[in-house]
Amino acid sequence: MANEVVDHGRRRFLTVTTAVVGGAGVVAAVVPFIKSWEPSARAKAAGAPVTVDISAIEAGQKVTFAWRSLPVFVVNRTKDQLAQLKGLEPRLLDPSSSDSAQQPKYATNETRSIKPEWLVVIGLCTHLGCVPDFVPDIKPEPFDANWKGGFYCPCHKSRYDLSGRVFSGVPAPKNLPVPPYHFIDDTHIQIGVDPKEAG
Amino acid sequence: MANVFSRIGDWVNERAPNLAPTYRKHMTEYFAPKNFNLWYYFGSLALLVLVNQIVTGIFLTMNYKTSALEAFNSVEYIMRDVEWGWLIRYMHSTGASLFFVVVFLHMFRGIMYGSFKRPRELVWILGMLIFLVLMAEAFMGYVLPWGNMSFWGAKVIISLFGTIPYIGGSLVEWIMGDFLPADATLNRFFALHVIALPLVLLLLVVLHLAALHEVGSNNPDGVDVKHGPKGNKWNPEKPIDAIPFHPYYTVKDLVGVGFFLTIAAFIIFFAPTFGGWFLEHDNFTPANNLVTPSHIKPSWYFTPFYAILRMIPSFFGTAIWGVIGMFGAILLLALLPWIDKGEVRSVRYRGLGFRIALGVLVFSFLALGLVGAGVTAEVIPEWFPGADVTTWENAFGRLMVLGYFGFFVFVWVYTRFGFEKTKPVPERVTMHD
Repeated sequence: MANEVVDHGRRRFLTVTTAVVGGAGVVAAVVPFIKSWEPSARAKAAGAPVTVDISAIEAGQKVTFAWRSLPVFVVNRTKDQLAQLKGLEPRLLDPSSSDSAQQPKYATNETRSIKPEWLVVIGLCTHLGCVPDFVPDIKPEPFDANWKGGFYCPCHKSRYDLSGRVFSGVPAPKNLPVPPYHFIDDTHIQIGVDPKEAG
Repeated sequence: MANVFSRIGDWVNERAPNLAPTYRKHMTEYFAPKNFNLWYYFGSLALLVLVNQIVTGIFLTMNYKTSALEAFNSVEYIMRDVEWGWLIRYMHSTGASLFFVVVFLHMFRGIMYGSFKRPRELVWILGMLIFLVLMAEAFMGYVLPWGNMSFWGAKVIISLFGTIPYIGGSLVEWIMGDFLPADATLNRFFALHVIALPLVLLLLVVLHLAALHEVGSNNPDGVDVKHGPKGNKWNPEKPIDAIPFHPYYTVKDLVGVGFFLTIAAFIIFFAPTFGGWFLEHDNFTPANNLVTPSHIKPSWYFTPFYAILRMIPSFFGTAIWGVIGMFGAILLLALLPWIDKGEVRSVRYRGLGFRIALGVLVFSFLALGLVGAGVTAEVIPEWFPGADVTTWENAFGRLMVLGYFGFFVFVWVYTRFGFEKTKPVPERVTMHD
């Protein structure tokens, strides 16, 4: 053997470069496996906008529509119910809808809606995603002696008013989200498209 | 005939000379303290349940359909049309619950007798990893029948990750592979439940046992038999207070197996849903993403941790605190070897403070289980008519959360600053016969 002396610098260099290149290869190979868990093209296509007919929803009534397989509540609020919203403000966590992630700009108002009577919200509790019950009547309830109508989550007892604004002191941290939507005409709403885009 | 066997034995031995010594090291020459009591059944019982879950699980996959459209009906098909399918499924579902019964008792034994303390920290950590994997395994298994509670349980548990700031929302979509728990979710959970997690579980169990056999078993006196006098009737080098695992403890464990299987058989044949505790009533209707069951609650073995999640309110616009509390409850258990600085292992010789604290831990854990399962919400209106349920449930639940976490804080202060007055530990194990 001609060179019995080990070149440690060379050996370390080769070890490190092999490890780095091999490591980069492993990381690159992992990417497809991680990406394979993302919603597939089919799942995304199922998330297209939906148009719903609201002409049959009477005053005080709630109807649930599916958009992206999410339950979307459309509520036709009465004058009485709208009048109750103001007095609730001290009991709410975010009465002025200051969290801009929870509704589009055009729904950042007192009623959290485009037209005052029509509430459109995603009916999933912001705590852990259960579907809250619609409890519209203004009367004492077991969970709230001073109930003015709203949504009550059966899972962990979060409460929202009839604008989907969350009460203080419940597990849910945010108001119910308002999805992008716009009125095609007086009786049809398209959920999933902003008024601007619909142009 | 005997000749043929011994020739096969010789043939194997020649090619794998380490096989026989390995068997001896872990069975006939694994010397365990001779004073094991009832609490030492639960390790081997956990192994028995694991085998049951693997065998019944394999047979369930033969008729189960992994599809959101077919899963629920295929489970009903197993229950009604497959020969003995009901038995195999009930063995699997009852086994899942009994797995947790056995594991909780096994963990309690470890805390009570100080088995987590030096030099067995690694055994304890591996055990806690097994517990974590087991919880993931049980959760995903519960989703597979695709009943309404499967669906909503999956939704709530996956949403826990949504509370992580910034990445939460996309993380949830990534886990589900859709905007809701859907076919994609069911399929990946099936893959993890039947292949990935069982492999990890088996590896961890092997490591748990290997780590245990390296340091040797603890015992109800918490005495190190290895440091005591040597020389028993099998080996002059080995501890005098130890006996070979096989046949002594294998035979003893068989008695435990007999009792355990009797109880298991009774449940499987007469109370497979266990009054809605082992199989929840809402899971006998198919998954429906537009209707939430009126009371979402997880399987009973998750209820204490779930109650911690529920009892901690959201602050600063995020619900992550409850999630941190829930995982923290498990993390603190894993860190117990470093929290409890007491030198004495067994509760028999520990200070009064530790005994009381251990009682508080057990009581709060069980009480949190009742809160998480919604029992307190039912009982409060019955016992105290007119009381505000939410207020009283929160007050009680939060007190129990304090009790649970208080155990760890108290034990650290108690042992770190020398408040513990221990009793003298005997030189050798005490025998009660």
